[in-house]
Amino acid sequence: MLSCKQASELLSQSLDRPLRRRERWTLRLHLWLCTACRRFGQQLMLIRLAIEKALSETEQNENLRLSPEARARMAKVLASGH
Amino acid sequence: MIDKTPHDWLNEHGDYLYRFALARLRDSHLAEDAVQETLLAAIKSPSFDGKSAPRTWLTGILKHKIVDLIRKQHREQPVEDVMSHAVETDVADEYFNDSGHWADRPGAWPSAENVLEQQQFLTVLQRCLDRLPASLARLFLLREVHEEDNENICKELQISPTNAWVMLYRARMGLRQCLELHWLGK
Repeated sequence: MLSCKQASELLSQSLDRPLRRRERWTLRLHLWLCTACRRFGQQLMLIRLAIEKALSETEQNENLRLSPEARARMAKVLASGH
Repeated sequence: MIDKTPHDWLNEHGDYLYRFALARLRDSHLAEDAVQETLLAAIKSPSFDGKSAPRTWLTGILKHKIVDLIRKQHREQPVEDVMSHAVETDVADEYFNDSGHWADRPGAWPSAENVLEQQQFLTVLQRCLDRLPASLARLFLLREVHEEDNENICKELQISPTNAWVMLYRARMGLRQCLELHWLGK
């Protein structure tokens, strides 16, 4: 039987690699019995979705602009080509 | 052929590229460097054929430059350094008791649809990302947005997959707890 600590590690790793058959089974059994770890798993998925949303918000945030200094510096570098 | 000059690219796409880089690097100077490197590479690259939109093409170059910058930062200060204390002192000490049970059981969060509509949640998430060690946050973002698969990230950053799992676990545990404390106000 997995501990919550082991189950949380497997849940995190399941986002980064395919779990082995045995790992999947023991994790599924643990989640069936453990509300806290079920919640933890859902929260990790939610964080993943939220990260995507947060990144796309930053990409569309028109208040974030290159500073005039950075822009001028880049124009100069581009003109000289290196 | 290319009928636009690099200056047009800077004018038309510079701000967008900057925001794209800033979202992932979380540092304005690094983001500016990434944009500059991208535009320089674009001048020298013969590969723009006009088939894809310039912005798409430039963003493709930028993604590589972002990984390059993260790798360079990582070489100067490996995430393992930042993390060594955290990795050595087992995560269990902080989040789990001796028998491996949650020291503080994860609370019930509202459903995903509700949460993602909350500006407050995203604001707290950004703040929680800022609390992670910067190098850890960058690795996490690189992985989490599916732009790089795990194997590639490890190869590019020269870390072992096992180390990567430990770091990503650490990042997720930290973020989750931070959200629960500061957003759910548990």
